[in-house]
Amino acid sequence: MILANGSMLIIEALAKAGGDIFIGYPITPANSLYQYGIQRFPMSLAAPDEITTLQWMAGFSATGKLPVTATSFPGLALMIESINMAYMMELPMVIALVQRFGPSTGTATCGAQGDLLLINGLISGGYPVPTFCISSMDDCWDISASAASAAVELRTPVFLLTSKEMVMPLRGYDISSLSEIDPVSYSYHDDDRKYVPYEPGNNLVPGFLPVGNEKHQTRLTASTHDRNGILQHTTKEALANTTRLQGKILKNLPEFTFHELDEEDADTVIVSFGITSPAARRAVRTLRKNGVSVSHLIAKTLFPVPSLYIDTIRNYRRVVVAEENQNGQFRQILFGVSGREGVTGVNTIGRMITPEEIIEEVTGDGR
Amino acid sequence: MGDKYLSTSELPFCKGCGHHLVARNTEKALEAIGLNPLDVILVTDIGCHGIIDRKFHTHTVHGLHGRSVALAAGITLGLNNPSKKVIVYIGDGGATIGLQHLIEAAHRNFDMTVIIHNNMLYGMTGGQASGLTPCGFKTTTSPEGKPYSGYDLCRKANNVGASYARRIIGTGDYSGHLAEAFETEGFSLLEVMEICPSYGVKFNPDRKLTEIIEQADLKVKLYSNQIRKRYQVHLRDNPISLFKEKNEIEIEFHSELKDTFSLILSGSAGGGVQLATELFAQAAIASGLDVSKKGNYPVTVGTGFSSSDIIVSPDPILFTGVKDPDVVIIVSKDGLEHCRAVIERMKNGLLIIDENIDTPITGAEVLKHDFHGIAGARSAALYALFFYLHRNPVIPVDALVSALGKSGISDKVDLDMLLNFKIE
Ligand code: SF4
Repeated sequence: MILANGSMLIIEALAKAGGDIFIGYPITPANSLYQYGIQRFPMSLAAPDEITTLQWMAGFSATGKLPVTATSFPGLALMIESINMAYMMELPMVIALVQRFGPSTGTATCGAQGDLLLINGLISGGYPVPTFCISSMDDCWDISASAASAAVELRTPVFLLTSKEMVMPLRGYDISSLSEIDPVSYSYHDDDRKYVPYEPGNNLVPGFLPVGNEKHQTRLTASTHDRNGILQHTTKEALANTTRLQGKILKNLPEFTFHELDEEDADTVIVSFGITSPAARRAVRTLRKNGVSVSHLIAKTLFPVPSLYIDTIRNYRRVVVAEENQNGQFRQILFGVSGREGVTGVNTIGRMITPEEIIEEVTGDGR
Repeated sequence: MGDKYLSTSELPFCKGCGHHLVARNTEKALEAIGLNPLDVILVTDIGCHGIIDRKFHTHTVHGLHGRSVALAAGITLGLNNPSKKVIVYIGDGGATIGLQHLIEAAHRNFDMTVIIHNNMLYGMTGGQASGLTPCGFKTTTSPEGKPYSGYDLCRKANNVGASYARRIIGTGDYSGHLAEAFETEGFSLLEVMEICPSYGVKFNPDRKLTEIIEQADLKVKLYSNQIRKRYQVHLRDNPISLFKEKNEIEIEFHSELKDTFSLILSGSAGGGVQLATELFAQAAIASGLDVSKKGNYPVTVGTGFSSSDIIVSPDPILFTGVKDPDVVIIVSKDGLEHCRAVIERMKNGLLIIDENIDTPITGAEVLKHDFHGIAGARSAALYALFFYLHRNPVIPVDALVSALGKSGISDKVDLDMLLNFKIE
């Protein structure tokens, strides 16, 4: 057993998973990730701001290195245009987002789950960025490693979503039971045939070749482009390339769908993700002890929303979504703004949701 | 010239635009120094100059407006190979919006050549004034002439330590200067002065480029040419696992605890609250318990309160929030203010509070002790934990003594003093 926090597990896992460089800019509550990242990664760099962070990351990624950073909303806000660039260029990278209480600079030392709607719509046009959410200390290890392989295998930036209370508290943790993590491997275009940088390869993901290689010309382009990476107006080929950005992620999503489903013959399912999951687990235990049947879905792949979640929750008359934000963001994403009868939320701001509040929602008048 | 670096077909610029010459001179300079096209990475961004990349047979990266210098920095650092040449094309608009990137790259001497196509306005968007537009120059957004001067980027690059910086007039064959910049180790900047026939000439029909530059006091000269090593990212050969420096904690003690127990220890910044509760958490692990320890402090961590929530349990702890603690220990006034609401809410449980602080309203049992007086400000928090454990050993006192002994601070504290209530 050691005394460790989630940040330590996340960074160790990402380094083992093949993260080459940690590039950071300080922001609470992502600082412990930054500090561990600088200490643990083979290479590290301190950037002068978050736009630079993301651009440097994109540059490293273009040379075949896997970059990682960690930030919180104010930093993310500065990164958005550059994340769009990396998304369009199809450059792998991992962005750990430690959510804190907003709006604006809000309260830096208070956790939250308030950035879901932003992430879900972060790419202009609504294209999905694979987003993985950590719900336990074990997830800090497994989900982080999976995020790194998703980034490389899908050639895309990915989000590792967490929040203050997940990464900062110290926990007694048994590291002897951790699974081995193998570094993710890039499959380079290895062919004498001309390299076409945006030619859909296996599973719609184009083969990768770093800039600077001596065999083939590599072109990377942030603007609408054809398969050769040449800027185009809305030509058929260029539009097909843009469409593929969504297609490649949806097509490969099953392989990267992580969740826990604890089902009973019940009429209610609790949906949780991130920091609300431990509270929801506790609530589920207590409810069952008191003879209340309830199911529990912990969503770990948040975006794009796997159809599996939709198929699961469809079977329940009541759905209770617990999330630390005011407006029920994941609930809105799952059910739309008009919602559905029987769907309710447990929501708080500025503090954690307690197991009792979830129990009350499940057993209360809303039943 | 063939089409080794640059396609022989027509370039995508207006007739008479100086951007043609930048591309042609780049080609000539590359030929002269004999670089293989695939050893060159051309990074461009948004602006008329940026659409040239399709014509180059080098690697090309076409990024965001004003960010090409930062993007190229990542590329050159990632390649870490002086036989590769990273060239950045950027306009005066891009240089303005990405000024921080330029300064950073020049200062750290990233190995790249930046060519600023300075035609003193934003060509692509209709001829608006940029940060490099000189005083008096007319643009769409400064129809009476720009009322203040533009930046002298060569001077700035020199000031922050660029290996090479030169301003030239973008006419004729200047490939020699380009070759010189390309062959410089570290950061080289070439500011190419141009006038945009579509907007610059249109709004300033009677003015000559040389006269504009002269009036703006922009010197056409070499600003910097020094030998400076390129910046490299240090590569750790054998990064050490973060777990390595964490001590494995053996279970050496036994706790009689049957249920989940929670405690809040609250004091002032610098009072050792976090350290004391971390030792407590280690002691709990060594006693076979699950533990969660959460620090709370204001954004400026060195001032005001410092508080810590501890949960220990014989069962796995799921929820790590502490709403109704079993015990609250207060060792300073800051700590009391932070916890006042929790304390006032307490209907049972125990409040342990330094005897120099007024007792707040609470339903908890209250115990007072002179933690500060006996142990001093730095050790009061740790002393208070011993005080509580002595009364109610949720974990054995010896487990905390052992954790303290392994902590490396044991020689800084007086253990006998910390345990002195034993003889009370
Ligand atoms: S608008 Fe001006 S800068 Fe742009 S291509 Fe035409 S002449 Fe050159």
